[in-house]
Amino acid sequence: MSAISEPALQVPAAPKSNGYWTTVGRRLLRDKLSVLCGSILLAILLAALFAPWLGVADPYQGSMIRRLRPVGTPNYILGTDELGRDMLARLIYGGRLSLLTGILPVFLAFIVGTTLGLIAGYAGGKLNTIIMRTVDVFFAFPSVLLAIAISGALGAGILNSIVSLTIVFIPQITRVAESVTTGVRNRDFVEAARASGADTLTIMRVHMLGNVLGPIFVYATGLISVSMILASGLSFLGLGTKPPEPEWGLMLNTLRTAIYANPVVAALPGVMIFAVSICFNLLSDGLRSAMDIRN
Amino acid sequence: MLAYIARRIVYVIPIVIGVALVCFLLVHLAPGDPLVAILPADASQELAAQLRTAYGFDRPLPVQFGIWVWKALNGDLGTSIASGRPVLAEVMSAVGNTIMLALAAAAIGFFLGVSLGLIAGYYRNTWIDKVATSIAVMGVSVPHYWLGIVLVIIFSVQLNWLPAVGAGPGGSSSWAWDWTHMQYLILPALTSAAIPMGIITRTVRALTGDILSQDFVEALRAKGLNERGVFRHVIKNAAPTAMAVMGLQLGYMLGGSILIETVFSWPGTGLLLNSAIFQRDLPLLQGTILVLALFFVFLNLIVDIAQATIDPRIKRS
Repeated sequence: MSAISEPALQVPAAPKSNGYWTTVGRRLLRDKLSVLCGSILLAILLAALFAPWLGVADPYQGSMIRRLRPVGTPNYILGTDELGRDMLARLIYGGRLSLLTGILPVFLAFIVGTTLGLIAGYAGGKLNTIIMRTVDVFFAFPSVLLAIAISGALGAGILNSIVSLTIVFIPQITRVAESVTTGVRNRDFVEAARASGADTLTIMRVHMLGNVLGPIFVYATGLISVSMILASGLSFLGLGTKPPEPEWGLMLNTLRTAIYANPVVAALPGVMIFAVSICFNLLSDGLRSAMDIRN
Repeated sequence: MLAYIARRIVYVIPIVIGVALVCFLLVHLAPGDPLVAILPADASQELAAQLRTAYGFDRPLPVQFGIWVWKALNGDLGTSIASGRPVLAEVMSAVGNTIMLALAAAAIGFFLGVSLGLIAGYYRNTWIDKVATSIAVMGVSVPHYWLGIVLVIIFSVQLNWLPAVGAGPGGSSSWAWDWTHMQYLILPALTSAAIPMGIITRTVRALTGDILSQDFVEALRAKGLNERGVFRHVIKNAAPTAMAVMGLQLGYMLGGSILIETVFSWPGTGLLLNSAIFQRDLPLLQGTILVLALFFVFLNLIVDIAQATIDPRIKRS
């Protein structure tokens, strides 16, 4: 039966083509500013994760006799706070909650918003109307107001702050996901898949998801900066974590009494929020232009 | 045109109903009995039941919502638990300060944003562009409440030029257009201007770049039009989009002023919201959010209509 010998069937392996994401990654690594921002973020993240092994002081251990030491004090490089706790340790440990409450809401909203947007965009019709009109209602609130309204109603707490920020970002991501999905839905390859009998779930998973995730992902990375500022803002207002927990927004709040005695130390937690926020913004910009392969 | 305006207004109605529903549900989203905030700790069962009936909490939720909306339509947003005054009166006495701060911040932010954006877009990829875009990125990334604290440290604590908090000498909140009062406005206005400045710089820069790369600009230059004339065309073409973004930013400043008003103890709606949250004054929280959100909805409506009016290209279906 087999007239063709085995070796003839073996097509020589095609040269491994570089996938889209590999190309994007390489382009991103060529962008010096993105690499710098990525490294700073990675350093802050790793320091926060491995804080107990870095040999810094106990972030909860205060002392009444060494309060508000200036930056550069021996053993307290970044000074001490209003309760005499080591600022360096508190800034490093503070990254744990600050990064968690800043990044997690965007991640959760990315999952929920992409799902809702895919459904709305692919199904169209009534389902689209219901989802998108609901989204419109949430767009009627400025994001700061919505975050504070939900947080304020739920009461203070890390979980409530994450929940409220997730609710703030879901409509925004849903709107982007819906418009991207609607754009992809009418393309020929989706039509071809449908014509060849693929069921809805397969089309969505295999043909749509890969094409819509990129733009939504870039949009979501741009939201992290806003989320960081809002999450720390909620803590600053007293709606996030409670003292003595180290968290940048809350530290900024409790150190407000020290702006006369030691202004530099009082401003330090904000520098961290600013640095993380600006790095995420620049990284998101870099990612966007790296993904724009046409240029 | 009129058809567009009519359609846009009709479209607002379901949004307003949705906004009211969200504000109404906020109170019921709150953990525990909404009565807890009102009741004294040692209240008797009878008093609790009495108050429950008085506030209508014993009725089914849809009925409560209907009553609440009906009262709101008649200008009754309930009574503040903390002050005992009508919520609407509380909100209205604070809203003027918030509008004043937002307008001052808008004037600064929009002027800087448009100027930087035009310059950056015109001198694209030069060092001027790099400086302008860096300022813009800082503007959109800065935690504004921290910027407020830094400005207070520099201008109030160190230099002693400007007051740190409040809206008038001696904590008074009655406003006057003189230097004594104006100096209280400077730092909060500068602080709230940072974000819109950054966003508008980015928008205008992108718009300017796009317009300058279009064929008609080439044609204008070939025709012999000087750069000033070209610039006028750029501004004309960028205006509708830029205005829409500015309108949105103004809305954000009006509705999202809580952090800045808290930093500067500026007696506006944001500070009101702050005290409502921490005194668990749920009617006040609900009412303030409703008024601010409705403000935002109508501002968006006006911006959309204005944009459609000045931009002949918009023939939206």
